Amino acid sequence: MIETLKQFSSSTISQALLKQIEQKAGEYKEKFGREPALMEVCGSHTMAVAKTGVKKLLAGKVKLISGPGCPVCVTDQKSIDAMIQLAESDERIICTFGDMVRVPGTNRALIDAKTDGRDVRVVYSPCDAVEIAKENPDKQVVFLGIGFETTIPVLAVALKKADDERVTNFSMWVTTKLVEPILRKLLNEGDVQVDGLLLPGHVSIVLGKYHYQYLVDEYRVPGVICGFEPAELLSGIYKSIELLLNENPEIINSHQHVVRDEGNRQAQLMIDQYFQVCDEAWRGIGVIENSGLDIRDQFIHLNAKSRFDIKAGEPKPTRCRCGEIIRGLIPPEECNLFAKACTPVNPIGPCMVSSEGSCAASYQYLREE
Amino acid sequence: MVEKISLAHGDGGELAHQLIQNVFITTFGHHDQAKLDAAILHIPQEKLTISTDSFVIKPTFFRGGNIGKLAICGTVNDLAVSGATPLYITVAFIIEEGFSIPQLQKIVSSMAEEAKKANVRIVSGDTKVVERGSVDGIFINTTGIGVINTEEMLPKTIDKQDVIIISGTIGDHGISILSARGELGLVTELNSDCASLNDLTSEVLNVSSRVKMMRDPTRGGVATTLVEICEDFNVTIEINEDALPVKEEVEGACDILGFDPLYLANEGKLLLIVAKEDEEKVLAVLKKFDIGREATTIGRVSEVETNGRLFLKMLLGSRRRLNRLAGMQLPRIC
Amino acid sequence: MCVGVPAKIIKVDEYSAVVDVMGSKMTVGIIFIPEVKLDDYVIVHAGQAMSIVDEEYAKASIEEWRKMVNDRDA
Repeated sequence: MIETLKQFSSSTISQALLKQIEQKAGEYKEKFGREPALMEVCGSHTMAVAKTGVKKLLAGKVKLISGPGCPVCVTDQKSIDAMIQLAESDERIICTFGDMVRVPGTNRALIDAKTDGRDVRVVYSPCDAVEIAKENPDKQVVFLGIGFETTIPVLAVALKKADDERVTNFSMWVTTKLVEPILRKLLNEGDVQVDGLLLPGHVSIVLGKYHYQYLVDEYRVPGVICGFEPAELLSGIYKSIELLLNENPEIINSHQHVVRDEGNRQAQLMIDQYFQVCDEAWRGIGVIENSGLDIRDQFIHLNAKSRFDIKAGEPKPTRCRCGEIIRGLIPPEECNLFAKACTPVNPIGPCMVSSEGSCAASYQYLREE
Repeated sequence: MVEKISLAHGDGGELAHQLIQNVFITTFGHHDQAKLDAAILHIPQEKLTISTDSFVIKPTFFRGGNIGKLAICGTVNDLAVSGATPLYITVAFIIEEGFSIPQLQKIVSSMAEEAKKANVRIVSGDTKVVERGSVDGIFINTTGIGVINTEEMLPKTIDKQDVIIISGTIGDHGISILSARGELGLVTELNSDCASLNDLTSEVLNVSSRVKMMRDPTRGGVATTLVEICEDFNVTIEINEDALPVKEEVEGACDILGFDPLYLANEGKLLLIVAKEDEEKVLAVLKKFDIGREATTIGRVSEVETNGRLFLKMLLGSRRRLNRLAGMQLPRIC
Repeated sequence: MCVGVPAKIIKVDEYSAVVDVMGSKMTVGIIFIPEVKLDDYVIVHAGQAMSIVDEEYAKASIEEWRKMVNDRDA
């Protein structure tokens, strides 16, 4: 198996695919007078196209636009401030994914709170936070639950564990986001020219291929579900351009060895059992109706929002243009702060911190100066 | 019951005397010198090198070593990569009240063993005991003195086309420690690469006069060390992604957690910049050693220019710039 | 990144399994893939196995790319 999968990063195959893409992109330009524009919906794709060099190699031939799929980046500043405020108590242990720790709040980041002696812990899995709660019965343990559909079922598992084992000092601060509402918003507004979508490799494990049919039926936009290795990315791009040339939009599952067309039923059931749809505020975009999930009322005892009285004030406005960047309206380099006032060491917006942020991807992988 | 360190072990009285006699002198030797307040050293040459480092690792014991071994190797290596022969070392302990004496004995024994292996003498020491919670178990400072025994000091002028060599696989220490901490649920049987490098460095310098620079890429990893070289010595270096030696366990762990082996710490790896014509000679010498068996060329100096930069040449043929690690590596969400 | 060298299942319990990723081991939840068996390869996300990797499909992808490459060279 490992030998098979190693070929996904074979440079021979990838080089050949690159040539094929260049040819197809040429055909596209001839037919439509401009280069095809594809949006990577998923932050991990943004990282992968930058890190492997695909984005640079296709520059001027295929326009790759970073989409809204970085969970930390789309989190509204007020929510970020609220999560940091949660940490400002000696009674609590805050557990989080690593990406959140350095995200700048209006006043400070979680890592600064930790430096000041607050108990902030990075965990790999949300269930680890439930274990920490069991080991520290005299403290309130809160997990910061952010993420899209890949992560939401994993959050549900932690809620189930806490509920089943009656871990009363555990709760979760949830601010999750859904892929469909933001894609609809982007496509409805049409501010950014997107011809086709590279659909996320892992969100699709949960959602499946059929879920995306609305893209074709309602927007006539094709989408290709693909993985993260060079050959997978390139073949996803190739197939997208082919669909555009044929003017026959459809959804292709090009990640079939991992993504089942119907998705993962168990994960979908877990989401339904523990979460209900809610309105969510997106960074730089505002509230989008029914665009997120929060803990179901029947599990309100696990909801940190009802357990703690946290009121974050209105965040101080900054010149950070993350909001436009996550909608694909501008590339990171067009933000005046990029690589000047805002760097991974001194980030101003979350896109510069997250391991999936487009500013971080550009700073780390595309900048040569 | 396990004997434990108490505050009285650090107060200069009877218990302190016993600890010094029973643990340190018995293990490190040189009974006579311990009677004096300072060590008297014989230095054969005029050019001395001196280096100091403090060791604060969590956990204290890990696969492939412990804080004691690390404290000797770390300082020996700092001297060795500057081209010196390490001769003497001083050690200072800050120990938390309640620390187990058998564990301390183990740490001290590994220091003695590693010092012997590296052919350095431990000539002076100090112990302080602090209240519970003031330090995390045990902290060790070591200071090493060495002599430069070649006329030509390192670093030498780096030229275009010089090659970059690493003595073995990268990131072993980083992943081994991460696993030993057990915080992220990752378990590996990987050993830390913690080792003294002075045999390697002296052999390399014996056979080649065209070694331009040597470094041990500890915290921040190979990438950070090379970025510093690029900036400090005005060279642009290009390393090849497919030439980097990485153990499978390290690759697997990095993949799960989203870490990059180029930024993981090493404690027994030698990074060299060597003139192209001596590349094979140096590689052959390194490969004679157990810890240098996987030595390989990872890149070259592509340009001598101000504002030097480090680039990674990727499998698909494009290249990207590598910067210093920003903060620590954190496991990603996704 | 959600990349992932797949993890090989080396021990299965009721709700969890031990996986090996090229020599590094980890315990993961298997609630989403109850049908998982010993020696299967899975994709892991934040401590949960999310999907079983189907080698046949993986091989088919590689076959498809090779064919594209060969067609071009022919």
